[in-house]
Amino acid sequence: MQNVMSNVWVLALSGLSILVVALNMGLSIDLFGFLGGFGGFLTGLFTVGAVIVVAMLAGWIFQQALLAISPRGMARELRTAPLTASFGMLMIVIYILLAVFAPVIAPFSETEVVGPEFLFPGDRAEFLLGTDHLGRDLLSRLIYAARNTVGIAFVTTALAFILGSVLGLLAAVVGGWMDQVLSRGVDVLMAIPALIFALLLLTIVGTSIINMILVIAVIDATRVYRLARAVAMNIVVMDYVEAARLRGEGLWRLITREILPNAMAPLVAEFGLRFCFVFLTISALSFLGLGIQPPTADWGSMVKDTATMISFGAITPLLPAGAIALLTVSVNFVVDWQLHRASGLKE
Amino acid sequence: MGHIWSMIGQRLALGVLTLFIVSLLIFLGTELLPGDFAQEILGQSATPETVAALREQLGLNEPLVTRYFGWLTDVLRGDLGESLANGNSVSDLIGRRLGNTLSLALYAAAIAVPLSLTLGILAALFRNSFFDRFANASALTSISFPEFFVAYILIFFLAGAGGMFPPISNFRGDPTISEYLYRAFLPALTLTLVVTAHMMRMTRAAIINLLASPYIEMARLKGMPPMRIIVKHALPNALAPIINVVALNLAYLITGVVVVEVVFVYPGLGQLMVDSVASRDMPVVQGIALVFAAAYVLLNLTADVLATLSNPRLVHKR
Amino acid sequence: MAEIGDNKDVLLTMRDLRIEGRADETWSEIVKGVDLTLHRGEVLGLIGESGAGKSTIGLAAMGFARDGCRISGGQILFDGIDMRKTSEAERRAMRGKRIAYVAQSAAASFNPSHKLIDQYSETPVQHGVMGRGEAQGDAVELYRRMQLPDPDEIGFRYPHQVSGGQLQRAMTAMAMACRPDLIIFDEPTTALDVTTQIEVLSAIRDIVEQFDTAAIYITHDLAVVAQMADKIKVLLKGEEVEESDTRSMLSSPSQDYTKSLWAVRSHARAEQPAVEAGAVPVVSVRGVTAGYGTVDVLKDINFDIHAKRTVAVVGESGSGKSTTARVITGLLPPRKGDVLFNGATLPANYKARTRDQLRQAQMIYQMADTALNPKLKIRDLIGRPAQMYLGLNGKALDTRIRELLDLIELEPDQYIDRLPSELSGGQKQRIGIARALAAEPQFIICDEVTSALDQLVAEGILKLLDKLQREFNLAYMFITHDLATVKAIADEVVVMKEGVVVEQGPKSDMFQPPHDPYTELLLSSVPEMDPDWLSGLLAERAAKAS
Repeated sequence: MQNVMSNVWVLALSGLSILVVALNMGLSIDLFGFLGGFGGFLTGLFTVGAVIVVAMLAGWIFQQALLAISPRGMARELRTAPLTASFGMLMIVIYILLAVFAPVIAPFSETEVVGPEFLFPGDRAEFLLGTDHLGRDLLSRLIYAARNTVGIAFVTTALAFILGSVLGLLAAVVGGWMDQVLSRGVDVLMAIPALIFALLLLTIVGTSIINMILVIAVIDATRVYRLARAVAMNIVVMDYVEAARLRGEGLWRLITREILPNAMAPLVAEFGLRFCFVFLTISALSFLGLGIQPPTADWGSMVKDTATMISFGAITPLLPAGAIALLTVSVNFVVDWQLHRASGLKE
Repeated sequence: MGHIWSMIGQRLALGVLTLFIVSLLIFLGTELLPGDFAQEILGQSATPETVAALREQLGLNEPLVTRYFGWLTDVLRGDLGESLANGNSVSDLIGRRLGNTLSLALYAAAIAVPLSLTLGILAALFRNSFFDRFANASALTSISFPEFFVAYILIFFLAGAGGMFPPISNFRGDPTISEYLYRAFLPALTLTLVVTAHMMRMTRAAIINLLASPYIEMARLKGMPPMRIIVKHALPNALAPIINVVALNLAYLITGVVVVEVVFVYPGLGQLMVDSVASRDMPVVQGIALVFAAAYVLLNLTADVLATLSNPRLVHKR
Repeated sequence: MAEIGDNKDVLLTMRDLRIEGRADETWSEIVKGVDLTLHRGEVLGLIGESGAGKSTIGLAAMGFARDGCRISGGQILFDGIDMRKTSEAERRAMRGKRIAYVAQSAAASFNPSHKLIDQYSETPVQHGVMGRGEAQGDAVELYRRMQLPDPDEIGFRYPHQVSGGQLQRAMTAMAMACRPDLIIFDEPTTALDVTTQIEVLSAIRDIVEQFDTAAIYITHDLAVVAQMADKIKVLLKGEEVEESDTRSMLSSPSQDYTKSLWAVRSHARAEQPAVEAGAVPVVSVRGVTAGYGTVDVLKDINFDIHAKRTVAVVGESGSGKSTTARVITGLLPPRKGDVLFNGATLPANYKARTRDQLRQAQMIYQMADTALNPKLKIRDLIGRPAQMYLGLNGKALDTRIRELLDLIELEPDQYIDRLPSELSGGQKQRIGIARALAAEPQFIICDEVTSALDQLVAEGILKLLDKLQREFNLAYMFITHDLATVKAIADEVVVMKEGVVVEQGPKSDMFQPPHDPYTELLLSSVPEMDPDWLSGLLAERAAKAS
């Protein structure tokens, strides 16, 4: 029970923190009286609280549901998840469902102009979240974008990960000249800041989805390489690896049996972190108009397209931006739990 | 002390070498540009003769190596070529905006670095307390936010209809310091929120990592108070990772501002770079990439040297 | 209890002390109701194997529990102050000032960022006992009394600039800074080489006597505690076994457990018949010079190992004994010289050796924790060499694995599908032995295989190795720093110092004079179970020197 309570706390706090910015804003609004007086601030605070409680409950219910259907070994691990992580997992599942069933769920099509331009959220009942600068339904585009943005980010991360970790493991296990060549090469590539490098490469090869995927995959692979090599280096010096070498084991078996199983935990966590980075980079490029191109629905470019509405007091650009934020927060919550578990730290 | 200087000398040499290779990469990038550089300048309507003439004029028929060193010599003299879009000198274009980008970085760093170090140390001191969990979860959350989300939230609340701060930081001529601070407040705040979280988390982690060390237990058993243990016993040994993470974030403040500059229409290098990428204005992109890479390499180098100097094992040899 | 409170001489009492430790979210008792009384100026030895709770009890005397532990019951009275009822601030005010602590590893317990003398003066200055200048002068005086070389200057060095034995003495001086009533010594010499240990032991003993400080001396080494303590308390799994004054404890222990601890040292391997003339040694190291970078760690090493024989390679840290093993296994190709196997030269690099050559020489490691892949089951750990070298598969492999488990005296059905993390330290080491045996080798290198284990467990491992040697005609190379282990298992001894063999020969010769001076020093430095041994030795050495 104590555990549950502490989970509740952590989630409450993290939820609070999501809105810590908003809270400060609430204060300033209150001070300057733009959106009503003290009552408005209290209402804001109350809404924040309510959102956290709902999120917390959802996370808890989801955890219970998972516990009920998973086998015993997995259930034991799941039980160690703080509510933040359960909430994160729930959100990830929802995003995946949205991405897979986008055509079924979305009320309108991805690209069709269905109404007037720049409708505020709630202006008309049939367009729940309003419309964008061309008059397309925002909600539908948000849902389709889950498919595009998350899908592309996932593919890119997977590519970066395979490339980076294979080379990193090889460098650590083979050592010698191979390690030198790879590591020095990666050092040079990492001496150019990532976003700038991406922009430079995109200027050279031109902006297209395939190009963007490849460019970001290569750049992020250098970061994965660093981690994979560092993790493997710690394992390579273990006596059991020496014993395997002296036994005469080949490279393949050395990597798959001795090193990979022991490197899995940090690598999986890195996958989550790397996904967040890639996802944010792609969104940033799209926001700058250099990533995913119209008319494909994508959260980054949706922010760009509807940005002007914020000056008129519409929250429209915050919706796709929030969709990005919510997914990265969720992934980070799950990763944080996994890292904490892997490090064996018990608070 | 001799060995430490030779060590630092080695690092410096390595930094110069890295810059050299980076410049080579950036130069080669142009060579890989699909299509012809001369064609690119003249546009599709140009006749083959004029293209050939321009090639000759630009020295594109020279061997690669000659051209690279020619380019490098120009760069070292401060001549980055001319913009394809408007024929202006790239050095002038960059020069005008570099100051803006650097002052924004300085603005944000002046708030973020002291703030995050203090918060990190306090979080380590009161680890697992309400404050720690709150700070940690906030940090994790704000790390996860895309910059434009933070930026638009700030605009929505602080710069909405009749808001207290301008939603765009467009200033002309030489603004007074107070005017600058006012106009650039929102982008600086956005950057501060983004980097503070990361630095704070890393500072806390670097200190907490050490708390299991026998010498920390020794300090506790000597009856030292918790604050002294963190500041006198843990912090000096956590300096290297902290310096590195501060450098990383300072580098980010200079090179990662692209999105923030675009949101706030801030006249910095990032904005210029995005425009040039969109129009494929290669000389400008090249020049900016070079400036950013140099800043990045220099900061990392400085961090490296400082971290070395913070390690008594390296400074005081046996 | 009233009569204890009245007794002015009593410094520390513990009544029914209970301490809990947390593992997997549940608390369990690790100290189960221990009583303890310590008078002023008295030295109490706390002795026991790992998990006995000795360090935990020592720290509890300071009202301190490590992270993940908590004092859950009983009473701790220090000079009339109830350490469990005082505030943390009051306890903090006493730590370092009235009760001080000397840790096992001085190298790790000194802060690498500050000079020794600054760390010394921190305690008296922060506790307001004396000013900075006075404290520094005092430090120099104590360094001199601790017989540290160059006492005026040594404090101005950083910890990494000072050797292990000197650091340990500097740490004892630091503990003395406020002239505390009580010092807790937590295995202060365990990490040191035997020859260094002597100096530290005598320095500690002198200073404790000079200031008439009470001390709790924690160790697992009976012979060491015999030199230091007035009385000894034996602990087992958080409970007291018995307590009495040192001499009677040594001469007539009353409990079976204590007797078994005392008995460990008496095991010795039967004398082997001399090697037949002209017999070809299994392994022969010929003129090996090897090292890392430009430094020669080994200089012209020669020795032979015959079948059914155990050669113990003895030396202190840095003597090159582990490097010798790396040369033999082919991990470090030598600069000069060869390794011969049954008379034939082995390729210098293991990568160039045939599978059969690799099979014939196996290795058992010091740390079983890092020697066994934590993600593989016992079945796979032991099975892999048998599968790889002998081509066993399916049913045959399973049968062989069970045979091997029987050989190392672990019940096959119970252990075959476990992970290493589900075994105790001694069991893990047995798995390491089984893995070596699975290759059916002629020769096994045992690298400090017992030094991470408790004495009784180590004894079991030595007996097992002895039995297996006889059964399979194995040749052993036994790397160790512990002369008791040498006595127990070796047929021949090779003594190494700084990369050179200083003496070698049959064990019987080795433990009889005359000796090389270094061997002499090494042998005489091993503590004996005689309370007068240290005083006698120091007197003898002093006489020799003058």
